[in-house]
Parts: sequence; structure tokens; C-alpha cells
Amino acid sequence: MFDILGIASRNLLRYRRRTTLTLLLIVIGMVAVLLFIAVAGSFKSMMVGQITDSIIGHLQVHRKGYVASIDSLPLNLNMKPQMVAKVEEALKANPTVETWSPRVKFGGMFSNFAETTSIRVTGIDPAREAATVPLLPGRMVEGEKTGALVAKGQIVIPLLLSRGMKTKVGDTVVVVATNRDGSVNGKTFVVRGILESISGPGGRDGYIHIDDAKELLRMTEAEVSEIAVRLKDFSRLGQVETQLKQVLGGLTNKEGKPVLEVHTWADLSPFSSLARMIDLMTLFIKVVLVSIVLVSVMNVMIMAVFERIREIGTIAAIGTPPSRILSLFLAEGLMLGIVGTVAGTLLSLAAIVGINLWSPTFAFGQQQNLVMAPTIAAGDVLTIAVLVVIVAIIASLQPAWKASRMDPIQALRHV
Amino acid sequence: MSLVRAENLAKTYRVGDIDVPAIKGIDFAIEAGSFVAFVGPSGSGKSTLLNLIGCLDHPTSGTLKVLDTDIATLDRRAAARFRGEHIGFVFQDFNLIPVLTVFENVEYPLRMVQKWPVEKRRAQVLRLLDAVGMADQANKRPDQISGGQKQRVAVARALVSQPKLVLADEPTANLDHDTAYRILELMKKMRDEFKTTFVFSTHDPKIMGEAEATFTLEDGRLANGGSHV
Repeated sequence: MFDILGIASRNLLRYRRRTTLTLLLIVIGMVAVLLFIAVAGSFKSMMVGQITDSIIGHLQVHRKGYVASIDSLPLNLNMKPQMVAKVEEALKANPTVETWSPRVKFGGMFSNFAETTSIRVTGIDPAREAATVPLLPGRMVEGEKTGALVAKGQIVIPLLLSRGMKTKVGDTVVVVATNRDGSVNGKTFVVRGILESISGPGGRDGYIHIDDAKELLRMTEAEVSEIAVRLKDFSRLGQVETQLKQVLGGLTNKEGKPVLEVHTWADLSPFSSLARMIDLMTLFIKVVLVSIVLVSVMNVMIMAVFERIREIGTIAAIGTPPSRILSLFLAEGLMLGIVGTVAGTLLSLAAIVGINLWSPTFAFGQQQNLVMAPTIAAGDVLTIAVLVVIVAIIASLQPAWKASRMDPIQALRHV
Repeated sequence: MSLVRAENLAKTYRVGDIDVPAIKGIDFAIEAGSFVAFVGPSGSGKSTLLNLIGCLDHPTSGTLKVLDTDIATLDRRAAARFRGEHIGFVFQDFNLIPVLTVFENVEYPLRMVQKWPVEKRRAQVLRLLDAVGMADQANKRPDQISGGQKQRVAVARALVSQPKLVLADEPTANLDHDTAYRILELMKKMRDEFKTTFVFSTHDPKIMGEAEATFTLEDGRLANGGSHV
């Protein structure tokens, strides 16, 4: 094997310029893919992190049908206390679940005593909400970022309302809502903070204490609109979703139909399509890399066979088995792939370290100065490296096969 | 016992729709340890005959036995194995591998065809290089030595695996007269030293006289009747 690799490396060095150009193509392709995966991956995980850690949570549990009607925040589809207890039991039993936060959501009217507008209100347990969506307090653009997110009698309002209604921190406002029985009730709140919307200034979501929500909606029992769940390991999201669906799917109504539904953040956020687009672009870049390696290595190997026909005839005549001739040319492709992969990986890792040292910033929605911190998993590097080497071997296969099947007489006559 | 024996050997090539006979039913035998030349003008069938003896081609009809093996029965892989074990080749254009040194070129059959152990291989290569007078050029590349030296290296490569038979197709065609004689002298010396049978082809009348026996080919037939050597 080392004999074959030794001869293969010398043959590659025989045409230094061509080998260098081919290696350069492989290296550029490798760097492009690994950097794209690192940067796009960094952007994607930041984006997903912003959405899951400041709004949605990793996944949510609702009463069946709630998500389909989520625009109207239907109070008649809230989970009853016994359902909530079952959900909490399932969450407690799952070791991957870190914490969860029950929410009461409703639509209402917001008034500053001079003007009135609509608002979507989420009643939360501030401590559990902060544990479940830890970036939420960081979105506070006015008001204290530390301490409880919201206390009883306080409201955190979105930036849009604050600007439109000229409402400041410390102002007293009124929220009026209709409960599930059609009764209208109102309650005054003191503005605790102004919340920046992650997706832009158009958000209309405010937060109050869950007890205030229950009081405002005159709930006779502890109903919950949704339960947001945070996992210890985000990479196990799919697994936990399946587990929860299995456990909670067992809860059925009188007709035997499930009464609860489990959704991941991706099911609930339009940004999941952006994440899918990043995945698609990564796949596309990988296809481009495969094409580059395939074409460049195949080109160089076809040329190598064509230029060495007499040499192939000679080694075949003196008894080199066809399989060894095949190996000689495959080894050249393999070495191109390995050297290109190693150089490309080292260069990519250096570039990733360089970007991290440079720490460029970017904006996502209303979030400014987010630091780009590209990282790449060892698994991704390994996958790309193996892919390049395999493609290099595949690209060498046809020319190598041709060389091994060459008729020695014809090859020796070749001029 | 004959090392090579041909009976009614014929080889016909198909060019388009036309059959072109290259060898037309010849008989001959070559004894072990002989130094034989196939002579004749270009196109007389010398190279075709050497290709057949070297198991690079199959006869169209008749039989050709090399070392008692009917070469028509050898498939591609078996023929390669047979060549690697029993036959050495010397080519008109030397055909050394340009990326390998003189030492490595001679070593190639032992390394890539026969898999000799390193120490034994090294000793054998040095012995052959010494025998052909190229030991002091062992580390040079083919493009750093003369044509005569290249052919010496090619002879060493042909002999290194201790074959029973060495085939040389026009081994002196690309050499000047003096060098050509020296190469033939070297081949004879090697025959004496290693007891290897040498069969070569030439169309050069001055070189023919160096052979201990000649088969004259004319238009695919043996002019001297296929005498036993």
C-alpha cells in the first residue's frame, strides 16, 4: 500500500502546476463549505436561540385545536387544571425537560385613559417564564432588566404600544378583556417596562402576572392557554417531542380523541422556514463542493491516464496485475482528496478562529450588535472531509478502471 | 525440452471488415539458454510474434507453448501473472518509469509484481545494477542518464526477477551503433551469468550477426523453415 501511495505521490508531483490547481479547487471548495456551515450555523443557532429563548420556548403544549385558532386566542380552548396536572406530570417524568412555564393568553383592549387600542396579553409566572425563556428580560428596552419580569398589578408593554400610545414606564393603564362567558372586565396596571419585539416594531404582545390574568378573566379554576417547555439539551428536541406526544396522546376525550397537542418551536414560528432555507443552502453548497471535487479530480485523472498510456502499457507488460494498476490511479485520486481535505480543513479552522477573534456584529430583527461567533462541529468537519475523499476516489474510478483494462500492446504502441 | 514451441501458429488482425494476417502458420522452437533473433523488415511480423511469446496477445490458431504453458489458455489476469513470474521485457524506447530512480525502476518488478522482502529485494537490485554497470547511477532519474544507460537499466529490470525468458523488441533501434553492440554484449553476458534465454527482434543486418541463431520472418512466414535452436 505504501509502495502504491509513494508512486502515486510522485506521479502527482510530476505535474506540479496541475496538481496544485486541482488541490486549490478542492481547498477553496472545502473552505467555502466549512465557513458557510460555521457562519450560517452560527446565524441559525442565534436566530433559533433568540426565538426559543425569548418568546416561544423549545416546545409548547396546548389543548387540541388551540394552535389552529391561535390568532383569536380562544379562551374556550384553555387547558383545564386536570389537563395541566397531567402535562406537568409528564414533564416532570422526562429527564431532558429542564423547566416549563404555564401561560394564560388573551386578547384585550389597552387604554391610557386618552386612547385605546388592541393588545395580546400573556399572563405569566415571572420566575418560571424567565427560566423557560431566559432572553425575555433582555428584550426590555425601558424599565429595569433585573428583578421579577412583572409583579402583580404591573404590565410590560410592547414598544409599538408605548410609542403609539405615548406611554412610559410608571404610567397607569387599563386593560379590558372579555372572558369565555362574554363578561367584560377591566383592571388597571402600572407600566413596568417596554419590551422590544424580536421581529420588529409590529409586535403587540404584553405581559402581566398570571394571577392578574386569572382575575381579569374571572377564571374560577386555574386554566392555562399553553405550557412553554425548555429542554436541557436542545439537540434532543425531536426525541422529547415524540416522547411527550406518546405520553400525552394517551389523554383522550369521551370520543377517544386526544385532548392535547405538542408543537416544537419550528411548528409555531415563521422563522423556522428561514432555518430550513439555511439548511437547504448548506445542502446546495455541499452539492457544489461535490461537483467541484468530482470534475476537477476526474479531469486531472483523465489527463494523467491519457499522458501515461505507454507507461501503463509498460507496467502491464512486465506483469503488474490490473488490480494494482487500478490501485495506482485510485491512490492518486485518494491523495488529492486527502491533501485537499487536510489543507482545506486547516484553512477553514484558521478562518473560523480569525472570525471569532475579529468578532463582527450583525442585527437580527430589532436585535442589534449580535456577535457572530461561528463554530463548527467535529462531526460536520468529518462528514465533509469523508465526502471529499470519497468523491475524489469516485472521480478517479473511471480513469483508473480504463487504465487497468488497457491492452498492453495498444498502450505500448501509443505515441 | 524447448522453452518456446510454436506449431502452425497464426495471428490475424481484423482491420475494419478486412482480415490482415500477421503470422501465417509457422512452426519453431527455442531451447532454454539460447540467444535468438527474429529478423526481418518492418511489417514482417516480428513484433506480433514477440507479443505472442510474451503472452501479450493470443494466437488466432495453432498452438504456442511457453514454459510448457499453452498461452491461449491464459486469461488477462493469468497472463499478467505468468509474465511477471517468467518473462522479462526490454523495449525499443527503454520505457523506464520517469518518476522512479534507476534503482527504483529495477526494483519495480520485485516490489509491485512479485512482492519480494525489502532486504532480499535491495540485494538483488544492487547485484543487477552492478552486473549492467549502472550501480553508480542508482539514484539518478531516467532523464539524467543517456540512451545506452537507459537500455542497461531496462536490461537489469528485465532480469531482476530471474525470469526464464527475456524478450527484447528492437532493443537497439534507438541507440547508436557502438552502444547497440555494447547492449547486445551485455545481454549475452547476462545470458551467460543468469542462464536466461534471450529472444530479440531486429531489422538491422549488422545486429543480426550478434545472435547465435536467427529466424527470418518474411510476410508472416519463416524464411528459414523454423529450425530448432
